[in-house]
Amino acid sequence: MSTVTWITARGLFGRRRFLLLLPLPALLLVLAVTSRSLGVDPSQWGPPVLVGLGLAVVLPVVALIVGTGVLGAEIDDGTVVHILTKPLPRWQIVLPKLAVAAGVTAATVAVPLYVAGVLAHSVRLGLALAAASALGALAYSALFLALSLVTRRPVLLGLVYVLIWEGLLGRFVDGTKVLSIQQWVIALADRMAPTDLLSTTVSVPVAAVLTALVSVGFTVLAVDRLRSFSVAGETS
Amino acid sequence: MTTIIAGPQTAVPTTPASTLDLAGVSRWYGNVVAVNDVTMRLGPGVTGLLGPNGAGKTTLLHMMAGFLAPSRGAVTLDGEPTWRNPGVYRRLGLVSEREAVHTFLTAYEFVLASAKLHRLPDPEAAARRAIALVEMEDAQDRRIGTYSKGMRQRTRVAAALVHDPQVLLLDEPFNGMDPRQRLHMMALLHSLGDAGRTILFSSHILEEVEQVSGTVQVMVAGRLAASGDYRTIRRLMTNRPHVFAVRSTDDRALAVALIAEESVTGVELGRDGLTVRAGDYGAFTRALPKIALARGIRVRALTPEDESLESVFSYLVGA
Repeated sequence: MSTVTWITARGLFGRRRFLLLLPLPALLLVLAVTSRSLGVDPSQWGPPVLVGLGLAVVLPVVALIVGTGVLGAEIDDGTVVHILTKPLPRWQIVLPKLAVAAGVTAATVAVPLYVAGVLAHSVRLGLALAAASALGALAYSALFLALSLVTRRPVLLGLVYVLIWEGLLGRFVDGTKVLSIQQWVIALADRMAPTDLLSTTVSVPVAAVLTALVSVGFTVLAVDRLRSFSVAGETS
Repeated sequence: MTTIIAGPQTAVPTTPASTLDLAGVSRWYGNVVAVNDVTMRLGPGVTGLLGPNGAGKTTLLHMMAGFLAPSRGAVTLDGEPTWRNPGVYRRLGLVSEREAVHTFLTAYEFVLASAKLHRLPDPEAAARRAIALVEMEDAQDRRIGTYSKGMRQRTRVAAALVHDPQVLLLDEPFNGMDPRQRLHMMALLHSLGDAGRTILFSSHILEEVEQVSGTVQVMVAGRLAASGDYRTIRRLMTNRPHVFAVRSTDDRALAVALIAEESVTGVELGRDGLTVRAGDYGAFTRALPKIALARGIRVRALTPEDESLESVFSYLVGA
């Protein structure tokens, strides 16, 4: 494990903010288990729990908390200077942080989604949801990590993207779905395990290409912004 | 009780000394000019960067350390720009003013992480050496969150020294240190400077600079106001005219008596008392009570009017 990964993980799990990650996945699990044990038809509870809660809320919110935390928290408290005063190419700082963010998000979200998918339909759907949400975790993490370097309010901007763009506009304006990570995850999961529970207008090739583009593009942006990272003076 | 503080031992560097060059460096934020056309060259030894708060010291240090792009001019370390060039950190260490440390790590873990990030061949030995240099061995296994401000500062210095940099920049390093820690830090900087390292530290306290460094760069309002040997600058400061406000039971009689006093260069009689200009601070303050006593005048108030650091610095700008 690289030193940057180690410090990032220690910083992430050492802060209370980490506890915020737990309630949402737990809620997803509780709802899925309750619906299944009460004998509710999966076509009734599947879409709202898997998509409405799991992919539209739990995945982006967890990714937002973690993605803006791995570097944003260090920028906020100034400790980032310790890592930056080292002769490391900046990609060697961004990539480990991205790996921690995507890994922690994927682990936190994929497990409850897998269980919910199994309960709603099949092991195949569970695995598809877990795999697609892991890819989504990577894209979201790259986006939120880059946001923490281009703005001082990454959480606010990230929320605007998740709630307004994906949540509100995605529901009423079909065209915005093409630029929605949430819709890409749905398209990819549905391709891996076709069911009636998941549906989107975005095609699989578009989803795959855009997921890759966003992941790579925002990572490159983050590396470039970190190279020009400025520390403002106290009096400025 | 006398405490004798031994200077920390540092090895003589085997690599050639480094030079930090600033050529016509300016930095502005919108309409505000924080640093204005500063040119200086820093070589081996300890240099103090002195100036009142808000003079642009931190902005200048950040540009030297590659954390801020100059709006105009160039900052180079041995000919290489420091901005957007992480390679310079092999030779450069920075201790910033902001008290930013990973509080969840112990000092040893923190310094060891620095050593590993520098890819040092023996990070454990380097971390132990750096911690010993700042005398933090006893507390090195406690979490940094439990430390006093001075201990955190020393931990940060250890992390910045772990790769034995040729150039060390420190922003207000004595803040929050008790007198003993201060003396130890001063001895450490001295020994590093004597060993051929280029050390620059900023301070707004003249006495700190005086005790540590032979050369001083004085910044006032973003400009380099004075540069050179501290003794010369100190002399300029002590020889400058001092202004006092004096109130007494008989201002007019006191004014007449004071103007005959050699240390007094001018007296002004106003509604609220006297404004006295004195060339020699000590001679005037010793003479005043005697003169007043001899004339049977009671001095009600004696206030030095220009003792603020800003006035001292602005005097220097004019000198």
